[in-house]
Amino acid sequence: MSEIRLEKVSRWYGNVVAVNGVSMTIGPGVTGLLGPNGAGKSTLIHMMGGFLAPSSGTITLDGEPIWQNPGIYRRLGLVPERESAYDFLTGEQFVLSMAKLHKLPDPKAAARQAIDRVEMAYAANRTIGTYSKGMKQRIKMASALVHDPPVLLLDEPFNGMDPRQRLQLMDLITRMADEGRTILFSSHILEEVERLAGHIEVIVAGRHAASGDFRKIRRLMTDRPHIFLVRSSDDRGLAAAVIADGSARSVQLTDKGLRVEAVDFQRFTWLLPQVSRDAGVRLWEVSPADESLESVFSYLVAR
Amino acid sequence: MNATIAMITFRAMLGRRRALLLLALPALLVVLAVVLRWTGNNDLDISANVLQKFGLATLLPLLALIAGTGVIGPEIDDGQIMYVLTKPIPRQVIVLTKLAVAIVLVAAFSVVPTLLAGLLLTGTTAQLVPAFTVGVLVGGVAYSAVFVALAVLSRNAVTIGLLYALVWETLLGSFAPGAKSASIQQWALSVTDALTPASPVSSSVDLGVAIPLLIAVTAGAAFLAAFRLRSLTIASAE
Repeated sequence: MSEIRLEKVSRWYGNVVAVNGVSMTIGPGVTGLLGPNGAGKSTLIHMMGGFLAPSSGTITLDGEPIWQNPGIYRRLGLVPERESAYDFLTGEQFVLSMAKLHKLPDPKAAARQAIDRVEMAYAANRTIGTYSKGMKQRIKMASALVHDPPVLLLDEPFNGMDPRQRLQLMDLITRMADEGRTILFSSHILEEVERLAGHIEVIVAGRHAASGDFRKIRRLMTDRPHIFLVRSSDDRGLAAAVIADGSARSVQLTDKGLRVEAVDFQRFTWLLPQVSRDAGVRLWEVSPADESLESVFSYLVAR
Repeated sequence: MNATIAMITFRAMLGRRRALLLLALPALLVVLAVVLRWTGNNDLDISANVLQKFGLATLLPLLALIAGTGVIGPEIDDGQIMYVLTKPIPRQVIVLTKLAVAIVLVAAFSVVPTLLAGLLLTGTTAQLVPAFTVGVLVGGVAYSAVFVALAVLSRNAVTIGLLYALVWETLLGSFAPGAKSASIQQWALSVTDALTPASPVSSSVDLGVAIPLLIAVTAGAAFLAAFRLRSLTIASAE
């Protein structure tokens, strides 16, 4: 059972703060590192992988520092986001080389086992340059698994994968977590994290915005006030009815229709059709105005 | 030294189109030697001049630049170095292996062609061939170490290396005698000078100064590269 611990970790580039005072502990099981693009997820993973020194704070794996400590890689596997592996090697040569670099007692067997694990045996004799994105991701995964590390860091592992490859990789990650490994993966897609991770750490604009069980965070996200744009046959009449009903905090008449700030997402979407029917108003359009992930995240940060 | 890293590096260097580039210049030197010999223009003066200006002063720094930066620079740029760095291997082993590969490539693509061209031009006259072969070899070791270190230190290693070899060593060296002494080319020439009685070969640096400088620069560059690789920061994707 291994644990990565971050204490008050910050990282800045010149005047730009990429990661700001993040403290978290990542234990066994799957942890999802969630945040919009540019939030500092990669910077965090690079620091946890020993490729970037924290500007302040400490990062340790089971009490040992990660920065400038190559010995740590006996217990750590890292799958970088960038696609490039050694394109001129075959999948098998690549994984075997990684096994040899780890000085494993039986590199051939370890390589074969890792390749089987990611179900790449059928393409192991082809050069990596001919692989699809999903295949590259899996062979990179095999290379990170070849020494059977207790900790695995995956930077945006699902990027560019098709749905089937996504499912396969999710299966694989779940299986490895069930074996007691500590697995951290980053993603900017809520659904991916929700399906896979029991535990979520949310990063927004370099800050640690939320942490915990995904249901809790999901509720935080859905409980926030939602803005809807509503067009109907009688905007004024509907505005009066919505305000009277109490499911909205504010209603604004604009030339594009009604701008409604709902208190409770589910209650509002459920009540609006009833309210409009009772008021005799026909609904033409109901659309959420701020459903981008960024707005969800910025709401979380503001709390 | 690590055999796996060496294997991957050799395949990366020789598998790409860069291998053709590595071959073009040495081939030109050998062809030139054949033509000069065939036309009878291979007296000691011309031969020494060709070996010095073409072999030692042009072929060697360019090949060492391609090999020295090529063994590690593209890997850092493309991020593949991560696969080597995420292993429990001391950083100096990685650097020394890369350096060894660069030196082998420089030996194959500039020391051997210089030897061939020399034999074609002068045969065994005045010890010119062994003198230049040894000179190019020791120069190649020092250049390789400097260019490997440069590739670890800077993303603009090729440009900086070219500026050093072309502007500093060649251009400034001919104007300012001071700059001439601070040049790997002159130190290598000093070794060659000491090994041959031929009068056209003369260096501005004493052997007693050149050898310690060659050793110091090689060791210093290798140490610096290993030191910087320990804290190599991979450019973030964001």
